[in-house]
Formats: sequence, C-alpha cells, structure tokens
Amino acid sequence: MIISLITAVTIGAIAGYLGTLLITERMALVGGPLGHLALPGVALGILYGFDIFWGAVAAIVLGAAVIWLINLSSRLPLEAVTAVVFAGTVAVGFLLLPMDEAEEALIGDIADITLFDAVLAVLVSVVVFVMFRRLYNGIVLAGISEDIAVNRGVKVKLYRFLYLAAVALVVAMEVKLVGILLTAALMAIPAAAAKGMVKSLAGYRITGAFAGGISAAGGLALHWATALPAGPLIILSAAAIFFVTLAQGSSKP
Amino acid sequence: MKENTILKVSGLSVSYGEEEVIKNMDLEVERGEFVAIIGPNGAGKTTFMRAVAGMLDYSGKIIWNGEPSISYLPERLSLAKFREYPLTVAEFFKMHRMYETSPFRSSKSHYEVLESVGLEDVDFILKKNPGELSSGQFQRMLVAWAMLGDPDVLLFDEPTTGIDIGGEETIHSLIYKLWKERDLTVFVITHELNVVYAYAANVLCMRRKEHFYGPPDEVLTPERLREIYGTEIKFHVH
Repeated sequence: MIISLITAVTIGAIAGYLGTLLITERMALVGGPLGHLALPGVALGILYGFDIFWGAVAAIVLGAAVIWLINLSSRLPLEAVTAVVFAGTVAVGFLLLPMDEAEEALIGDIADITLFDAVLAVLVSVVVFVMFRRLYNGIVLAGISEDIAVNRGVKVKLYRFLYLAAVALVVAMEVKLVGILLTAALMAIPAAAAKGMVKSLAGYRITGAFAGGISAAGGLALHWATALPAGPLIILSAAAIFFVTLAQGSSKP
Repeated sequence: MKENTILKVSGLSVSYGEEEVIKNMDLEVERGEFVAIIGPNGAGKTTFMRAVAGMLDYSGKIIWNGEPSISYLPERLSLAKFREYPLTVAEFFKMHRMYETSPFRSSKSHYEVLESVGLEDVDFILKKNPGELSSGQFQRMLVAWAMLGDPDVLLFDEPTTGIDIGGEETIHSLIYKLWKERDLTVFVITHELNVVYAYAANVLCMRRKEHFYGPPDEVLTPERLREIYGTEIKFHVH
C-alpha cells in the first residue's frame, strides 16, 4: 500500500510538472498518442509475463522512431504521420492483447506496482527535476521567441528533444497507474488547473506538480475506499481540482 | 581590418532554397555607429540582421571585430504571446543571463535597467506579466531586456511594429538616448524616414539584391526613395 502510494504521488507530481510545459507549448495532445504507442509493448508484457513498463518504453521509443523516420522521408505533415502510426500501433496492440486482461492495459492496475516502480519513479523524478531547473526556462523562452532564445544561448532543439524524451519516459511509467488511455490526462489536467491559479512561472510548475501529486493521492484514497479502479479515480480527482480552480478563477472580479 | 571597424561583411550571400535574398554583399561598419536599415518589404533587411546575429546559414564572411556582445531583438514579439505564460517581468529578466557562457559584465539590477528606459513604478512592473503592460511600456521593457548585461551591439528589427505614432517616436528617441550615453553600436530596421534623418549617421538601404551604405543625404536619392515607398515622396531636411 505504501509502495503504491509513493509511486502514484511521485508519478503524479512529475507528470503535473512536465505537463505545465505541455499546456503552454500547446502540445497537450502529444501525451495521448505517446501513451497509445505503448499498447503493443504492454500487450507483449502481459502475454509473456515481463514487466509492462519495459514493454511500454520499448514500444514508445520504436513508435516515435518510426514517426520520425517517415517524417524525414516524406512530405506529409507530422500530424498525419503521427495519426497513421498511432492508429496502426493501437490496432496491432489490440490483436496482441489478451482480451480478458485488457482492462489492466487500458486503465492501469496498481496491484502491478512493485518496489522497482517506486524506486524508478523517485529516481526519474529527481533526475527530471534537477535537469529541468535549467531546461525549463529555456523552453519557455523559445516558446515566446525562438530568435531571442537562440540569441541568449539556448540550445532549442536539444532542450525540446530532452523534454519530449522525459515526457515519453513518464508516460511509460504512468501506464501501470492510469492505463494507456489516460496518460495524457494526468499530464494535462493538473497543469491546466495550475495555469488558472498562479501568475508566475515558478508558482506554475510547483502548483502543477502539487496538483498532480494530490490527484494521485486522492484517487488512490478513493480506490481504497470504494474498490473501484484507481486510474480513472486519479483522473477524476485531477478533473475535480481543475473545476474547483476554474470556479474560483471565474468568481474573481 | 581597421581597428575602429566593428563589423566587416564581405561577399555575403544568403538563400532560402532556390531564392537568393542577399547577393554578394560587402559592408564595413565602424564602432559606435547608429545605422538605420531601410528598404522595401522582401529586400532582405531581416535576413541581413539574422545573418549578422549568427542565426542563419550563409556564404561569404561576417567578421565582428573584438568579439562584441550582441543583443538581438527580433520583430513580432507580441504582447499576446507573453500572455500565454504565467510569467512575471522579473522572471523574464532572469532568463536573460541563464544560458550565457561568457561572464556577466553588468552589475546593474533589473530595477536600474528598467528605470534607465524611462519606466515608472518599476516594482509594480516587475511583478506584472509582460503581456499585461501597455504597448508603450512593453516596448520599453523589451529595450531594457536588450540592454541587460551591457551589450556592445544592439540589433533591433522594427522595434516599433504595432505602436501608435506618438509611441514610435519615443522608442526611437529612447534608443538614440541610450546610444548617446553608452559605447554602443546600433543597427535598427525601420520604415520611418524621419528616424533615419534625425538619428542615423549612416543608412543601409537594401533593395532586390542591391544595397547602398552611407550618409542618408548621399544614399537616399529621390529615385531610390520612390522605389522603396512606391509613390512620389519628398522629404525636406530642415
């Protein structure tokens, strides 16, 4: 119980933190396809009994590489390539997925969470937090104007690549917690709530992380109280926080 | 290269794909100049500025003498873009030096720099979102941002786009004032002829792969002005 709580809160916090950039850079839907790319790997993990985290990571990296390669060699817009690869991946995933265990892949299963997941979540979160102390402002500056960011010495392409890599890793960690269908939600909703609450960048990312962590803890508490699946309850907790902040925001003069 | 030269451009060509925007350009600018860059749309003014700022691939040579610190303010920085971020002016100013590799030269605080561009109530402004400033305050704030760290060279690409006429004049006079007070070389792209005549000792006039550089009286012949501004234009120098 304590292990799943630590894992959930840590993943929720880091997802909320990274999600703040997903919102401001208008990439809120990137988390969705990334999560879906994980499905074949998760299915193979369930079939052959290895940890679905590794299946998810491998499948996301492979899917992203395929999208990147097609994008390089064709004139199609990135969205079109992403849509095709993402739909194809989901189709393959469903063929592989044993249907009686589909729920675990789609909405997560915290019973699967082990000490390894907890250690991994804490480690990844610490690394991402430390790394993004430097990267975060550079990505924001490039979002405001790529020219001034380059003039100030920001390595824009490298920072954006590292950001997407971190998002992909956190999405893979999220699969056990909320399932592949809701990975984007755990990134976007706490961040969207934070955006309505604060006026400074420092406050924004901390609030995003807090909202993500609290959503995860709240969802888990509801799960223990009701025995309903934890994943959807976590997302509903996040949505509840969002609507409370929305109501507060709109009541301001 | 002469000691007093700050920028030497020789044989500069820049192309976007098939289209050659700047062709075989030579230019030498002295330290401490105030250079206005004018020309019709599509003449390569922004391309030139981005090239000398080191942000574009080009052929030919661009040499900055003595490794000056260059501050570049691109066109189309919009209030609306800033409003998309929860961000304060103080945080935006902190980002300025965050990724710099060279040692920071100025000990001036953000407060002092904002005051030096004529902004009032600086404490209040530091806490605001840049996108919530008035357009005049916003432009001054951007000039202050560009002045952080005491640069040697300012590259301003139409710093007055979207500002009403009164505001435009004050921004140019502000840039002129900063130039007079400090050891600065300024390049400013503008459409305002009165700015050229009032402030610039030299003007770089660009048009379709050609360019002319020198004092406004020599470079801005009636024929070239007609080409830039389309109609018959007369400008009286008082």
